[in-house]
Amino acid sequence: MTSLGWVLLLTALGTIALKGAGPVLLHGRALPQRLDGVVALAGPALLGALVAVNTFTDGQDLVVDERAIGLAAAAVAIRFHAPALAVVVIAAVVTAGARALVG
Amino acid sequence: MTEQTRGYREGARAVAPLAIAVGAFGISFGVLARAAGMGVLAPILMSMTTFAGSAQFAAVSVLGAGGAAATAVIAALLLNARYLPLGITIAPWLEGGVWSRLLHAHLMVDESWAVAAEGEGRWNPRVLLAAGAGIWIAWVAGTAIGVASGDLIGDPAAFGMDAAFPALFLALLAPMLRGGKVHAFPGVRFAGHRPIQAAVLGAAIALALTPFTPEGIPIVAASLACLLGLIPQRRREVDT
Repeated sequence: MTSLGWVLLLTALGTIALKGAGPVLLHGRALPQRLDGVVALAGPALLGALVAVNTFTDGQDLVVDERAIGLAAAAVAIRFHAPALAVVVIAAVVTAGARALVG
Repeated sequence: MTEQTRGYREGARAVAPLAIAVGAFGISFGVLARAAGMGVLAPILMSMTTFAGSAQFAAVSVLGAGGAAATAVIAALLLNARYLPLGITIAPWLEGGVWSRLLHAHLMVDESWAVAAEGEGRWNPRVLLAAGAGIWIAWVAGTAIGVASGDLIGDPAAFGMDAAFPALFLALLAPMLRGGKVHAFPGVRFAGHRPIQAAVLGAAIALALTPFTPEGIPIVAASLACLLGLIPQRRREVDT
């Protein structure tokens, strides 16, 4: 097999192993009840990290760029209970607008 | 107690706002992969089987720069390590056999996982499946367009599409932070501040580690913020 073939195979197998380990190994059992409070915080913890990393990092660099303006606009839209579609479009349009102004 | 009423239709609808952005990034992945010398079939196969945007971009950039195959695989898997904790969060809510579980797991990406979250530690498998399928189609179709016809749209960032992802994550996070909600676990009652603390701590861990660790590790480490749930707290009885 070519080295490209190995990359495709190992990346796919490794990814499904990472994604599937929890669902297959835990096999539908509920986690111990004393962990309920922990699991309930996994969503907020990971989403907070995803927001931060997708807004304020570029590779290994910490950056504040036009995405931060787009995110601020999204936060205002969320505050006024805009639907998700509107929030996403507002963030993209504001970010693109800021880039056009700067660039 | 909220009823689990959302289904496939709601999942597809919830993820629709992102399908265009995902498709656009799929096109750029196809263009980059072709330019990196991967040919036509390999990028499409990779999008179908690995199905993880940032990991695929990382692997292709390593290959394009002449890096070793092992380096490309390691870079991709480090970026995907966050799917281990994400998978654990959805595991209790999946039904069916091993293959059904693997299908749900395969279709779990950041966006489908996020829209399937019902708050308070619950996940909806139907929403996950439909949303994941929608993103998969957009990602694979975008990749195919990118390798076949080249750079149709230019840089998605010029259209602000890179900001669509954190905006969606924030929109999905917000309801989890509003206190006093009903939840799935009798006996666990949040006083309202815990989810906010977890979100802020998760973000802080991720940003603090970003300059010092390989990409992908910060988000995995941020999942440790949920250990806040182990700290005993004064429980406020909420009548809902």
